[in-house]
Amino acid sequence: MAVYKRTYKGYSGALTPAWSRFMILPRYSYARLFQSKFLLMFLAACVIYPAGGAAFIYIAHNASFLNALNPAAGGFLEVNEKFFVYFCSFQGAMAYLLTAFVGPSLVSPDLTNNAMPLYLCRPFTRTEYVLGRMTVMVWLLARITWIPGLILFGIQADMAGWEWTKTHLWIAWGVFAGLFVWTIVLSLIALAISAWVRWKVAAGGLILGLFFAGAGFGAAINSVMRTKNGSLIDIVQMMSVAWDKMFRYDSGAGISATQAWTVLAIVSALCLWLLAKKVRAFEVVK
Amino acid sequence: MQPVIELSGLGVRLGSRDILKDLRVSLSGRTIGLLGPNGAGKSTLIQSLLGFCPLTSGTAKIFGHDIRREQQIIRTMVGYMPENDSFIANMTAVTFVRMMGELSGLPKDAALERAHEVLFYVGLGEARYRPLGTYSLGMKQLAKLAQAIVHGPKLVILDEPTNGLDPPARIRMIKLIGEMRAVSDMHIVLCSHLLRDVEETCEEVLILKQGRIVHYANLEEERKANKRFVELETRGNDAGFADALTQLGCETSTTGIGRFKMICPVGFELREIYRLAEERDLQLRRLNYRRDTLEDIFLKAMEN
Repeated sequence: MAVYKRTYKGYSGALTPAWSRFMILPRYSYARLFQSKFLLMFLAACVIYPAGGAAFIYIAHNASFLNALNPAAGGFLEVNEKFFVYFCSFQGAMAYLLTAFVGPSLVSPDLTNNAMPLYLCRPFTRTEYVLGRMTVMVWLLARITWIPGLILFGIQADMAGWEWTKTHLWIAWGVFAGLFVWTIVLSLIALAISAWVRWKVAAGGLILGLFFAGAGFGAAINSVMRTKNGSLIDIVQMMSVAWDKMFRYDSGAGISATQAWTVLAIVSALCLWLLAKKVRAFEVVK
Repeated sequence: MQPVIELSGLGVRLGSRDILKDLRVSLSGRTIGLLGPNGAGKSTLIQSLLGFCPLTSGTAKIFGHDIRREQQIIRTMVGYMPENDSFIANMTAVTFVRMMGELSGLPKDAALERAHEVLFYVGLGEARYRPLGTYSLGMKQLAKLAQAIVHGPKLVILDEPTNGLDPPARIRMIKLIGEMRAVSDMHIVLCSHLLRDVEETCEEVLILKQGRIVHYANLEEERKANKRFVELETRGNDAGFADALTQLGCETSTTGIGRFKMICPVGFELREIYRLAEERDLQLRRLNYRRDTLEDIFLKAMEN
């Protein structure tokens, strides 16, 4: 019906499959997010380290170029698990900053403006809502974390040959799984805080504060109590410990991988519980 | 005719309070009014029908689909306009309505087309590219109506649609509701505390009080039944006047000196009253021909 015919008419066309509808939210979110020049600049900045890493791998595999620079640099320029741990740490930190910037705008506007009933009165569940919002974060973070990580691994594998690839395939798994888990944890924290605080600026501050406060209090507990268990409240530290384990690298944090994974699982479960409490069509005021 | 809404012992408890208690009714009108004072449970009933509130007892069916087991099917068929401000402030109206259409299952091209159509239909055509946060209260109400009808639902639930509207905007909203009913096979549930809105638009009315149904009325039938309700005020010697009216088939009662109330039988001509008065040389000072208004029905229900 043309828009000039201003009479109401029902809809009798085809409907999209129910399983695909959670992808609608990311599409609209990206359309809005990518209007931000700051976000585009930040994403461009996130490419710098992987680009540097790619250059590093190229240089490491070109002996003539190395010799031209400094013949003694050959041993220093080695692409190994340490290279990928540093990559994960740097890009993981960038992912965290991106989360603090993007995360608060995901759920809080819907709750502030009481839009939840409009989503949930449709054939669209709370789980699909959370999944849709999480997809925004997970896919955005993937672009700066495990996707460039795997590209770097691919470049290294191409240059080092099949033998190296075969024996170092676990690094690829570590890059993917380690960073994927980190993106999930970050996304859940961002969504939960966004749902809980509702005010975007405060939610962004709280996301940043959560990590800095965790690190600060963890260090304080460690020094006062002369223990290393204080680090258990430092989520970044816990993820680092998990990465170290995945990359068979010992950073000497004094926390076991099991403890680190348990803390991350508890944090994720808490975020899910908070989302289950907050993402509702209405609130019962007691 | 298949009932639109069937409530079978529906009960809802929120916190420690029973909000809805043992509601049983079958509603099949095209436009159904939900009336009741504040806190009667109207909005909770709507939210229960949409599956937002867990039921503590009984169940309900919408177009024969159980709200406990077939929620997704029901939500495909239902459009909902909430009472409170519900929107996404930084979205334009067309994006907002399109997104809501897509979430209801419309393909994205169809959703875009229908978003434009319904926004023109509700009267927001010129403002459809403006962010919803910049809309006036009346415009927000219209945007909420647009998102409720974008997917062409079989049942639209309107919770206080005229809240905060100025008189012209209210008239326009009521007109829109009437048009939607007239030009499509859509059923409408209108929840309001404004009796006039319900009276102008609804065929059936359900009156709630303290979580219970206190009255169910088919307004169409009530209108027919009470259409020959006459109040008379006379001056002069009215002896035998009441009996004469009764002999003509009217149910007559005297409410004071020279004051009568009567219900006229079908086919009764009002000129008979004038004839009888003339025969008795009786002055007719007032003849009030009226029917029970919804207000009367509502007040009676509240007294009960």
